Amino acid sequence: MDATNSTTHDSSPESGGGAEISGAEIRLENITKRYPGQKSAAVDGLNLTIPAGEIVMFVGPSGCGKTTSLKMINRLIEPTSGTIHIGNDDISQQSADELRRHVGYVIQGGSLFPHMTVARNIAIVPKLLGWDSDRVSKRVDELLDMVNLDPSRYRDRYPRELSGGQQQRVGVARGLAADPPVVLMDEPFGAVDPITRQRLQDELLSIQRTLRKTIVCVTHDIDEAIKLGDRILILQEGAQVAQYDTPENVLASPSNEFVSDFVGSGSSLKQLSLARVSELDIRQATTGRIGEPAKEAMDRARSAGDDSLVIVDDRDRPTAWVWLRQVKGDTLHEGDRESLHTLDNRATLNDALDTMLTSTHGGAVVTGDNDRYLGVVDFTAVVEHMSVMQTAAQERQEAEVPAESNPEDDHDPDAPMDDRESSDA
Amino acid sequence: MWQFIEDRREQILINAFNHAYLVVLAVIIGSVLAVGLAMVVTRIPKLEPLANALSAVGLTIPSFALIGLLLPLTGLGSTTALVAVTFYALLPVLRNAVVGLAGVDGRLVESARGMGMGELATMFRIRLPLAWPVILAGVRVSMQMSMGIAAISAYVLGPGLGVSIFVGLAQIGGANAVNYALVGTIGIVIIALFLDLLLLIIGRVTTSKGIRV
Repeated sequence: MDATNSTTHDSSPESGGGAEISGAEIRLENITKRYPGQKSAAVDGLNLTIPAGEIVMFVGPSGCGKTTSLKMINRLIEPTSGTIHIGNDDISQQSADELRRHVGYVIQGGSLFPHMTVARNIAIVPKLLGWDSDRVSKRVDELLDMVNLDPSRYRDRYPRELSGGQQQRVGVARGLAADPPVVLMDEPFGAVDPITRQRLQDELLSIQRTLRKTIVCVTHDIDEAIKLGDRILILQEGAQVAQYDTPENVLASPSNEFVSDFVGSGSSLKQLSLARVSELDIRQATTGRIGEPAKEAMDRARSAGDDSLVIVDDRDRPTAWVWLRQVKGDTLHEGDRESLHTLDNRATLNDALDTMLTSTHGGAVVTGDNDRYLGVVDFTAVVEHMSVMQTAAQERQEAEVPAESNPEDDHDPDAPMDDRESSDA
Repeated sequence: MWQFIEDRREQILINAFNHAYLVVLAVIIGSVLAVGLAMVVTRIPKLEPLANALSAVGLTIPSFALIGLLLPLTGLGSTTALVAVTFYALLPVLRNAVVGLAGVDGRLVESARGMGMGELATMFRIRLPLAWPVILAGVRVSMQMSMGIAAISAYVLGPGLGVSIFVGLAQIGGANAVNYALVGTIGIVIIALFLDLLLLIIGRVTTSKGIRV
């Protein structure tokens, strides 16, 4: 099968930064799905090309056909007419089971099988593909590592022994298990709390940076779409394409009223979802390694003018951010890893503000590939960047269409708050 | 009473063994048939009302009547006993298996299919293990019920402790009538408790730790 040939590169989480595309292009041609007994088609003549190695988000109101469209890609739903190609293969020409083993599938809450351990859940597709057990168990550990779950601790647990976020992580690992070129996700982060969701989104982006799969993801949350998507497909009733473009363009120039209603007015807060932490001034705070003599690290911090210390482990992953006066004992220790909310450098400024608000330092620790420590950012950095963005946006707007007045921009002070509330609901 | 048992120890043990053997065999055959039928029903949901009606109506047929109806077909003896007990053993398992298999979360089934598991694999690796505790509960009911029905099958010369009970009934007023009936009855209760314990242990061992209550 052609689709598997492109996936042989070594995707071990240690390799890092391998930007080779391992995804495959998906083409939907004139896809129609009509359910018997229903007047209008659920999906009506959808044409769509999803470029290899990109994340494409399907968004739209419920009943717009986004999930139906997604499920036709792995033939959980068969189209009434039209063809779908993955790479060069017409998917209707292969057996549905065979196709699905080469297309990752991740759904809400992970949908792990409760009677199987984490390892067995992840191993399902590799086993269906007939991998030998050595290869399977190596792959399981590799994947658990990739989704930041310690293999020795979680391998043999049952799903009910995991938190919602952990279950969802395993769900993602399971979807990636056989290294499929295409991964379909159906509201993958719908069932977890906002902070966990943000983390999982960051992790997905970080994984995607190394793997470059073709990911198709259905969501009803426009903020999630803006954050994750390389492109956003906004669907109207009957899976009519309202707009298919990059998040920047969707926000800057909605194609019609439906899109601008759906996205909400182009407020600055929404724009925060477009800017990434990596664009900010990241400050190098003093770091100390676990097990290092505390005094040395503290001296280093004081001479650098810092009153706090970021503690990292032997793989450069931050584990805690402590005030100097909090440091106890002769050597540095791990601290409370669970309570440190780190920011991926691909996280949006929106998430950054969220994380900073919960931090006692008025800032956040930024991590890069494989959760490596990059530095810290604080409110000032965000505010500075916002004003830069605002000036740029204003200039652009003045240059573009000075005549057109957008009624929603009139009540400016309230608008951002309204947006946030409506998009969270 | 004690003397009575001492004197007939061998015969009582043989009867007890035969009784347990008849019941276990019937429950195994009945359960396999029932789970198989339930799988077909899960595959073709239109059959579900039919299966439910069968398990409900079947239980209302008096066992005496069924045994009588079987006589012309299978004659006197163990075959009739086995067929009759198996029939009743099947019903509670069928009901629970249909409910259990159909009750598996549809999203899990879709998730399995979405990963490329075939229909059979989904049935045996997802639905069956998840429905297993419910099916086992049906097997336990079935086992208890079959105990009593096996006793009645002694009427058509089936094996087991029912023989003692019928001997006792036939000799009402006689010296050992009560002893015969008591030995049969108490023996059945003891076997029933023992087999139930066995089922409990089997359930414990065969149910995944992930779904054990």
